Amino acid sequence: MGDWLSQNGLLLGLATLDGLSYAAAVFMVAVGLNLVFGVLRILNIAHGSLYAIGGYAAASLSLFLSSRGLPEWLSLPALVVAAALVGVLLGPVIERLLLRRVEGQEPVLQLLVTFALFMVLEDLQKLVWGVQPVVSDTPVRLLGNVEIPFGADTIPFTAYQLFVLPGIALLTLVGLAWFLRRTLAGRMIVAVTEDREAARAMGIDAAKVTLLTFTAGAALAALGGALASPVASLVPGVGAQTIVLSFAVVATAGLGRVEGAAVTALLIGLGRAFAVYFEPELEVVVPYIIMVLVLLIRPQGLFGTPETRRI
Amino acid sequence: MSRSTEILLALIGAALVLALAWAVPWLRFVMTIALAKGLAVLGILLLLRAGQVSFGHALYLAFAAYAVAFGASVVPETLVLLPLAALGAALLGLVVGLFVVRYREIFFGMLNLALSMVFYSVLEKFYAITHGTDGIRLPPTTFAGQTLSNEAQGWAMLVLALLLSLGFGALIRAYLASPMGQALAGIKTRETRLEFMGISGRRVLLAAYVLSALMAGCGGAVLAMTTRHVTPALAYWTASGELVFIAILGGAGSVFGPFLGAVAYELTRVYAAALVADAWQMILGLVLLLVILFAPGGLWGMGRALLARRRSA
Amino acid sequence: MVAKIVAPPALSQPGSGHVLGPVTRRAALLGAMGGVGSLALAGRSAQAQASKPAEIKVGIATFLSGPSSVFGVPGRQAAEMLFDELNEAGGIGGVKVRPIFVDEGPGVDHFVGEYRRLVQSENVNLIFAGISSADCLACAPLSDEMKRPTLLWDCGTQRIFEDGKYEYAFRTQANATPEVLSALLYLLRAKPDFRSIAVVNQDYAWGRDSWDIFRTGLQALKPGVRVAAELFPRFGATDFSTEITRLLALRPDVVLSTTWGGDLDAFIRQSFDRKLFERSTFVLPLAESSLERVGKSLPAGHIIGARGDHWFLHPSPRDPALLARFTENYRKRFNTYPIYSTHHMAQAVFAMKAAYEKAIAAKGGAWPTDAELAAAFKGLEFPSLTGSVRIREDGQGLEDQLIGTTLHTDKYPFAVMTDMVVFPAASVTAPVGQKSLDWLKTLKPDMVQALPQPVAYKP
Repeated sequence: MGDWLSQNGLLLGLATLDGLSYAAAVFMVAVGLNLVFGVLRILNIAHGSLYAIGGYAAASLSLFLSSRGLPEWLSLPALVVAAALVGVLLGPVIERLLLRRVEGQEPVLQLLVTFALFMVLEDLQKLVWGVQPVVSDTPVRLLGNVEIPFGADTIPFTAYQLFVLPGIALLTLVGLAWFLRRTLAGRMIVAVTEDREAARAMGIDAAKVTLLTFTAGAALAALGGALASPVASLVPGVGAQTIVLSFAVVATAGLGRVEGAAVTALLIGLGRAFAVYFEPELEVVVPYIIMVLVLLIRPQGLFGTPETRRI
Repeated sequence: MSRSTEILLALIGAALVLALAWAVPWLRFVMTIALAKGLAVLGILLLLRAGQVSFGHALYLAFAAYAVAFGASVVPETLVLLPLAALGAALLGLVVGLFVVRYREIFFGMLNLALSMVFYSVLEKFYAITHGTDGIRLPPTTFAGQTLSNEAQGWAMLVLALLLSLGFGALIRAYLASPMGQALAGIKTRETRLEFMGISGRRVLLAAYVLSALMAGCGGAVLAMTTRHVTPALAYWTASGELVFIAILGGAGSVFGPFLGAVAYELTRVYAAALVADAWQMILGLVLLLVILFAPGGLWGMGRALLARRRSA
Repeated sequence: MVAKIVAPPALSQPGSGHVLGPVTRRAALLGAMGGVGSLALAGRSAQAQASKPAEIKVGIATFLSGPSSVFGVPGRQAAEMLFDELNEAGGIGGVKVRPIFVDEGPGVDHFVGEYRRLVQSENVNLIFAGISSADCLACAPLSDEMKRPTLLWDCGTQRIFEDGKYEYAFRTQANATPEVLSALLYLLRAKPDFRSIAVVNQDYAWGRDSWDIFRTGLQALKPGVRVAAELFPRFGATDFSTEITRLLALRPDVVLSTTWGGDLDAFIRQSFDRKLFERSTFVLPLAESSLERVGKSLPAGHIIGARGDHWFLHPSPRDPALLARFTENYRKRFNTYPIYSTHHMAQAVFAMKAAYEKAIAAKGGAWPTDAELAAAFKGLEFPSLTGSVRIREDGQGLEDQLIGTTLHTDKYPFAVMTDMVVFPAASVTAPVGQKSLDWLKTLKPDMVQALPQPVAYKP
């Protein structure tokens, strides 16, 4: 063990850096879904589509800015603006027109509404943005590289990957936790998450809370895509692949727990990075292995509370 | 609806499928696939009775399909491969079931999804054996010892699928009416009450789960011997989603639903693909949205409502 | 007015004959019903039409959804353009051609149904299928079963004609073996002293297969190279940062990646951002299809290929005017440079035209049956946009391979190729009846010395 550590210690350090930045990306993918699930009790399959649309919108906005010859630094706030736009434009529409109409129906119907929406959005996105990969990497180029020492060598990392992604993820985590605990609107959301009926009885407008939460969730999904857009190439099918990962995170985390999503994202991020370094063949199944292991030990998920047995 | 009406309806349905397949040869293939999927959806319906949605039942379909693909090079006999593959799927269902029936709702759904995705990855990882996404081509199989022409083999598979559908349809109808089936509904309403009566909710769910895996296995075997090419895509999560889609499209209220839904689904998909090759997915999605919003009982529920209205008029 | 591209006839063309054959009763009925109705009721038609049809219907399977549509949609665009141009020039033997597109996106089980529909309901005369190797493996036996000539227009797996024998299926392009082997040979000559290699391939059949071919060839041609890492990120991966860190730390001499599409774009950009290109020489056999999108993120001095001899600046095209016209017309219509999948589509279209003309000539001007048309493909030599392709007796096409090194010029906003080597098809393709991996093991290192001379980029 000692031998192995001294040989691979430096590599472990690199793997940790990679793992952290990947964890940040995973957290951003899943946090919105987790929030929505907590309040609406709907596993939103269209979350993956919102992620993709957020990414496309951010790339388009950034390309538009640079085509107008506007300063490059604008591309950074553009990521957030694009995500917010997608959330505000699509979130309320989806919630009002579709989800509200199946409220109180069987869970499977609610689930399938989002599945149907996913199918529609998938083709719609293709009609708008075509099939050729879309990318705008101005933000990454803008911030440049950081050299990380590695023995006698140095390894370049992009500042975007090392600081911006984890930074925004951390801000989102802290901001969301603060919002949910310290603000009235946040507490209303928590109340509805815990017990919808009781919250209603206390005079909380559950419909309004639902609308607010879904819009926030949609914006967070879009933000996840927007943050990935400077690095990743957006192609048809991104949504389908994203959704599986975020499902795994939500189930592992426990229902509607923001901290749970963060811890799970860390587990998956680090697990995947270590897999790439030491056992590459396992990389693809890491999220599922983690999920199955966690649920074996804690059937209600990492941060979930066991449901009281109703009679 | 009385039992004799249902039998009559089932026979009329079977005759319609056969007539359609005879009149329009290329639809014979589509009908066989639809019935194969219908069998798997019948299992989804069983679990839906308990209020549980499996988002990973394509696992059993794909498992049986690959079992047939590998088995066909050893014993190329349809009537041996089919039961073996289905039993294999049921056995897998038992092993997995022992684990997943401890969970409910989202955890149940997601664990199923995770396991089917693990199987999907395994099919890709063991590339040397499975040929990964290229998939495996099935050698021709005999039917009851006879080597059939392609045409006859196609008919044999359709008839086999029809018989399986009728058989399992009748079985599931009886099962749902039996105490075991009633107990399933108990899991959905209040599982604790069930346990106060001395019935283990887990055991009830496990029985249904294994049965559903068996039917998905039959469907997978028929599917593999009809398309004669299997790929890991059979186990991808969207394939499982498709099964749930069909269950709702057809209507979860009756054993007719899955088959009605599967035929409607496959036909919609084929026609949508023929009309707009690059937006078929959107059309399917819109159809599903319309059904959920305006006919949550599915096609079967819609048909029944129409019948009832005519009768009362 | 831009001149239209029509494939030059492979053989002297017989008289065009009367333009419209007798319209069959069924066709008239179908025409009258039109639309969806015809779909349901069409069926039971004669299999072998020996009389001249009203039009030649071609079912074309391509990806219109999912990640592979980066090849599929350009393929369809090329088909639309070439079919239009073919029709403006009078069609084939005086008969117009019409494409019917189907999406490969939903998977093999759906595609097998679509194939049947194309044959039995649309009653197509030919089928072009497909991009996915799984679809090709599934439809090659179907083509024999349904006796409908089928051109495998883009799929890569070498297994089709090495594991099976078909009378109605033909491949109008090369397969994975020459595509990967030529890149290896090029590397061995351009950088003979490399000692270590790492591979980053997509985790699916093509990624695994191509590495198998490369590694087997490498062991035969230059034994003793150390494999530093074998990484197979998820198909559709967008984040390669972990893989890149690992490669930066390992410093292999060569990085091989047969990745394509959005995955390759992301891999190139991220490698560029983190200076991996400065530490290792990249070998990217499919990078031609990403060049325009990644722009100058792909630095000079790396080895790239195009699954064939497909390159709009090909150093020695057989018919320079043909290539220039195609590139120009395609750019005008779709506002992008044509990539290899458009070339592959062109080859399928040109092969169809050449085979019809060959079969008509063989029959003294009469219209061929399906079987006669299929027979015409065997041994057929037809023009491609850059050279010519011959279909061997086993159905496999012999297509030259072009590999080059990237170069930046002021003329294009993306990397182009220099030091281009065109590998003659026969020298890099496994002979008839031999399996690729067995054949690769028999290769001798002196093969590298016998390669054709590289040709530099000419501005």
